[in-house]
Amino acid sequence: MLDGINVALVDWSRAQFALTAMYHWIFVPLTLGLGILVAIMETLYVKTGNPEWKKITRFWMTLFGINFAIGVATGIILEFEFGTNWSNYSWFVGDIFGAPLAIEGILAFFMESTFIAIMFFGWNKVSKSFHLTATWLTAIGANLSALWILVANAWMQKPVGMVFNPETARMEMTSFWEVLFSPMAVHKFLHTTSSGFVLASIFVIGISAWYIIKGRDIVFARKSIIVGAVFGFIAIIYTIFTGDSSARDVAHYQPMKFAAFEGLYNGSEGAGLVALGLISRNTADPTNENLKDFTVRIEIPNILSYMAFLNWNAFVPGINDLIKGNEKFGVLAAADKISRGKIAIEKLKAFKEAKKSGQIVRADSLKTGIMNPEFQKNYFSYFGYGYIADVNTLVPSVALAFYSFHIMVLLGLYFIFFFLFALYYTLKGKIHKKRKFLRIAIWTIPLAYLASQAGWVLTEVGRQPWVIQDLMPTMAAVTKISVGAVQVTFWLFAIIFTTLLIAELKIMMRQIKIGPKSEGGAK
Amino acid sequence: MFETLSLISLQQYWWLIVSLLGALFVFLMFVQGGETLFFTIARTETEKSLLVNTLGRKWEFTFTTLVTFGGAFFASFPLFYATSFGGAYWVWFAILISFVIQAVSYEFRKKPANFLGAKTFEIFLFINGLLGPVLVGTAVGTFFNGAMFSLDDMKHVTWGTPFRGLEAVLTFHNLALGLAVLFLSRILGLLYFMNSIDNEAIFERSKKHLLYNTVPFLVFFLYFVIALLFKDGFAYKPGTGEIVVESYKYLHNLLAMPINTIMFLAGVVGVLWGIISTLLKGGPKGIWFTGGGTVLTVWALLILAAFNHTSFYPSVFDLQSSLTIENASSSRFTLVSMSYVSLFVPFVLGYIWYAWKAMNNKKISSEELEQEHHVY
Repeated sequence: MLDGINVALVDWSRAQFALTAMYHWIFVPLTLGLGILVAIMETLYVKTGNPEWKKITRFWMTLFGINFAIGVATGIILEFEFGTNWSNYSWFVGDIFGAPLAIEGILAFFMESTFIAIMFFGWNKVSKSFHLTATWLTAIGANLSALWILVANAWMQKPVGMVFNPETARMEMTSFWEVLFSPMAVHKFLHTTSSGFVLASIFVIGISAWYIIKGRDIVFARKSIIVGAVFGFIAIIYTIFTGDSSARDVAHYQPMKFAAFEGLYNGSEGAGLVALGLISRNTADPTNENLKDFTVRIEIPNILSYMAFLNWNAFVPGINDLIKGNEKFGVLAAADKISRGKIAIEKLKAFKEAKKSGQIVRADSLKTGIMNPEFQKNYFSYFGYGYIADVNTLVPSVALAFYSFHIMVLLGLYFIFFFLFALYYTLKGKIHKKRKFLRIAIWTIPLAYLASQAGWVLTEVGRQPWVIQDLMPTMAAVTKISVGAVQVTFWLFAIIFTTLLIAELKIMMRQIKIGPKSEGGAK
Repeated sequence: MFETLSLISLQQYWWLIVSLLGALFVFLMFVQGGETLFFTIARTETEKSLLVNTLGRKWEFTFTTLVTFGGAFFASFPLFYATSFGGAYWVWFAILISFVIQAVSYEFRKKPANFLGAKTFEIFLFINGLLGPVLVGTAVGTFFNGAMFSLDDMKHVTWGTPFRGLEAVLTFHNLALGLAVLFLSRILGLLYFMNSIDNEAIFERSKKHLLYNTVPFLVFFLYFVIALLFKDGFAYKPGTGEIVVESYKYLHNLLAMPINTIMFLAGVVGVLWGIISTLLKGGPKGIWFTGGGTVLTVWALLILAAFNHTSFYPSVFDLQSSLTIENASSSRFTLVSMSYVSLFVPFVLGYIWYAWKAMNNKKISSEELEQEHHVY
């Protein structure tokens, strides 16, 4: 299965996907949140009839349009990269993964692309209420598209509602609803979209703060801040709540990722949460370079156990428990999982050979054995482990997982206070006097992007070496192609996306400078 | 409802849907065709703005249809997705990059401080307009002429040449389809300009260029169709799935599926009627006949490629690796689930039609652009 696939090919393919995904994720959260914010602003315009709200709506809509275009550009590459660079994966899971992608296109993208035209060009062509409906449907369409792709991603983190079919050598769906409503999918969707709302709210507040510092468009800026702060505050509370549920999912279904992002090497009952920590260069375990000591570590007792299992004294397995096993707490050793995976692979190979040589009876018997629920549960669920040569590769980068998790969480907590202060100062009419806060508001914009990217780094790096948890290692998913070809496309995309990003930032900044009074466009 | 259908019926149903999406995509490539005509049709900056803006309000439909086509193919025939995209690496990336640069070009073109300048974005649109139709058409040509791949037991693809799909342009029959699609998209673009822009000079110039593009379109299209009917095709034996080369396979398919043949002929008549009536009468409605005809023709051609026990993605590198709707499809369960989702398609088409009408009930004019807030 892994013939002709080398580490360089996997690394470059991963780098290309990461590059595309991270660029795409610069634009998507703003689209998700700003779409809703613009719809709220337009609703206020339609309800009050106040032309100031129309001006506000149209200004933010202009920025939405600039951001939307480049999000679309990066998004199309992502969809097709599943096929171009991960073709083995595409076949292995296409029966399940393809459905959400197709539904995304039919139900969400068309809604978005149909109504966005009315949103931008329909002001003088359709009624006020139809226009408002179009704006809401554009925002809903954008968020709906996020639903389907996140359902697919959640399935990769926790595969459910499927069975392996040896005949076709792939996973096949057995329950659409299980895939759609898996807790991992629900929490992931809610957490990701609400984090987009937070980012967009910070974007609106930060830019509005710039206007106040410059002493221009004050009414516009104050109104924008109020909408952004109220929406952002609700969104951040919800983001934290859903993040907590997501963390519990990870503890249950991806314990290695959970242990890595907490830097928990040895499990314990009543495990403490590392609130702050700094990883040193010294290795904590001579057999695994990845496990480093902590230089500084501030730990809050028992919180991790509660966070993971809602029990202050629950046992949380550490990385060593997951590698070496822990009989007392029923944790299977990685070596045991590997041997079970190998049995599953051997059985599949035997089935394929029997089929090829025309031994129908033997093939049927092997197939029955593979499809047996007990075999699927006890052996096939470890199928991917059969390809693991070194148990240490089962541990994701601890430093990357640890820092990305903690950056995301700490910034999330900061955002609560940020929104509260923004709201308080604006409602009290003091915002224009709080120069320091206004400057902080501008600098909070990149922090929102940092938190947002950190979340995805944690999700994707944290689940390595798996592309599908326990079933398919990333190495087995890649398209067999020359490393040089992937290097060429990697640099091609790096140049194209960076050029387009520079263009977008320059346009966006000019539009902000022009401001809400005289909007840009062809003259 | 769908549970009662046999697996082969579900596979055929999904091929019909994917093919319809493909056919709609070819029609919507009037946007790409139009993008190659900015420098030909427009004489002034205002005229160019009219051309750009009328297409700029529709480009997302084309784009979304392409994305949905990809998603639907992935969902219903994942082996094609894995094989073709993973195998013909360079072709698909060339197509995708041309769409990436398109996606930002309308929005960024006239915005102040756009970094690359309006001309660069116009060239991006031209590249998309040229490469998109030619490469998509050439790639579809491999449905009839085959591609260079093999699949192992685990369905992992190996490509037979280092050119990873680019070798398809060396088969003239593929390229002829690519060029036919290019000239058809330009014809559709011209007809759309005549339909949607309120400008006499643009109308007259578009009408003149309609004739210039119709001639090469007919040459390449007729060559493609005639050669198709006389060439060998790739059939599979029901039951065993063994792939065999069959003489006059596509001609046999045409004769074996009379409804499809009628659809094909009606489509061709529609395309020609839209062009001829516009050339003779000069009305703005040619786009609907040629557009409708395009959908019917392409749909019928794609059905011809896959029905009646035909391999829709043959391998000339390893014949038995060829893909058919039976060996490349999703499981029965997934096809049934997806079929329920497909019930939303008429609803989606309904609101697209409604929104299109609302936006196009008045032709775009330079006066409108002067008053418009959001201009490309």
